[in-house]
Amino acid sequence: MRHQRLVETPVDQINVEERAARFTKRSIKTTSKVEGLLLAVSMCDLTTLEGKDTEGKVRQMCQKARNPLGADLAASHPGVTVAAVCVYPNLVEVAKRSLKGSQVKVAAVATGFPSGQYPLEVRLDDVRQTVELGADEIDMVINRGALLEGDIKTVFDEIVQVKEACGEAHLKVILETGEIGSYDTVRRASFVAMEAGADFIKTSTGKVQPAATMPVALVMLEAIRDFYYATGKRIGMKPAGGIRTSKEALHYLVMLSETLGDDWMTPDLFRFGASALVNDLQMQLAKQATGRYQSGDYFSLD
Amino acid sequence: MPRLAIPKTYKMLIGGALVRSESGRAIEMSGGNVCRSSRKDVRDAVKSARAAWPGWQARTAYNRGQIVYRLAEMLEARSGEFAELLGEGGGAEVAASVDLLVHYAGWADKYQQCLGTVNPVAMPYFNFSFPEPMGVVGATANRGLNGLLEALVPAITGGNTVVVLADDGSAIVASEFSEVVATSDVPGGVVNILTGLQSETLPHLAKHMDVNALVLTDEPQRQSVLEEATENLKRLVVSAPGRSSLEQIRLLQETKTVWHPVGV
Repeated sequence: MRHQRLVETPVDQINVEERAARFTKRSIKTTSKVEGLLLAVSMCDLTTLEGKDTEGKVRQMCQKARNPLGADLAASHPGVTVAAVCVYPNLVEVAKRSLKGSQVKVAAVATGFPSGQYPLEVRLDDVRQTVELGADEIDMVINRGALLEGDIKTVFDEIVQVKEACGEAHLKVILETGEIGSYDTVRRASFVAMEAGADFIKTSTGKVQPAATMPVALVMLEAIRDFYYATGKRIGMKPAGGIRTSKEALHYLVMLSETLGDDWMTPDLFRFGASALVNDLQMQLAKQATGRYQSGDYFSLD
Repeated sequence: MPRLAIPKTYKMLIGGALVRSESGRAIEMSGGNVCRSSRKDVRDAVKSARAAWPGWQARTAYNRGQIVYRLAEMLEARSGEFAELLGEGGGAEVAASVDLLVHYAGWADKYQQCLGTVNPVAMPYFNFSFPEPMGVVGATANRGLNGLLEALVPAITGGNTVVVLADDGSAIVASEFSEVVATSDVPGGVVNILTGLQSETLPHLAKHMDVNALVLTDEPQRQSVLEEATENLKRLVVSAPGRSSLEQIRLLQETKTVWHPVGV
């Protein structure tokens, strides 16, 4: 590792947790709130990752990805789409077809998601095939077993090979912070992923609790900042799992802005991995527009 | 040795918890300060009521009856306290309130039989209509304990969850009754009681898209919310003396009709 000193800088647990808690105290109202909500919509990776996913469900989700605000709101905020949809490899073609002509990207999970407990060849094949099917972005999982055993070299080499297999596709590296323990490990894993060629680092698969938390995301954002100072490379961030409300989304945006600054406030460098979040953003935007608290009865069920 | 009295802090009931207003405001009254609820308290209460609704309406009617009966037991146990609070004629009012609870507890698994029908159709089908709860009901109360219960009990007996706005006249009684609810078997969120000024909070309840019906105390109040309540076609019910309990329950029910092939 080239930046050993940075990697080994210990994380001050108390400080990180208190700092993360402070981001939730900012008051964001009226026009800034609407701006924040719209930005959050445009940063969403609309996700469905279930065994029971069907083509119909993905097509419906893609429709929502193209027009996440619904007719009433879209009139006053034209051209807003989510950043990408995120599906299993089997459904990439359906998503690709449904999104033809829009700017929405198709992301797919690969490398034996969510466990990654498959032989390396199988995982690499998974990536190659998924890219061939048309995925623009690949979300891979790291080898948590190797990481916890201290075998950082294996983790690093595997990511390098996956990156190679990706070709043109963007690579997001999922650390699965709920499984790798301390903040120090999260920081180390972030650096391993960034040095190995990740375009994004991502907190979780969404299949393990706890998924994304503010302190863990802060540790990762600070790793991205330190990596940027050391190399000049801008790496993206994607918190995923458990972010359901607009309020939480705004907290994350505050944290992003105060840690990495305006350069990162774009869907190219920040994403939310979420399924239910878009609905809540929609409801909050409608509340801002009409002054009425909204009801789930009038928004789609997913 | 003389001792200092410990006056009670009156609180509101939101989502099963006794809380102060998020705004931190209070209204000074003789007998104690009560919370002055805000728009966000209304929002929180409706959210709790909505979250509690699927579970409450899915309980068996018999079980809902047991829970309403338990409310009567808890009120009876504190009847002395309430009688004192209500002043002259308080004893009789508490007794009437306990009776009202027991009465509705009995209705919980019976109104369905009175309101449901088997409809004649000219085809080989059974055709049934039966009542289903509306969802979240907002209510205003300003006539002491009895007024509070008349606004609240028909709604929950029928499987709705409820957000009650108690005006300052009945705020202390409502706050005390919150404790009765909190110590009975009513699941958190099924009954939410806010105190304060209805003029401040009622418009927000009327505007709220997640409130399905409003129970109002009088016609002027209905007129005041008429426009705001139309957006999601809220049902507006105005209390009327002498209305039968079955009718009170029915007014907060929707009718579902199903067709079922004969012989299957």
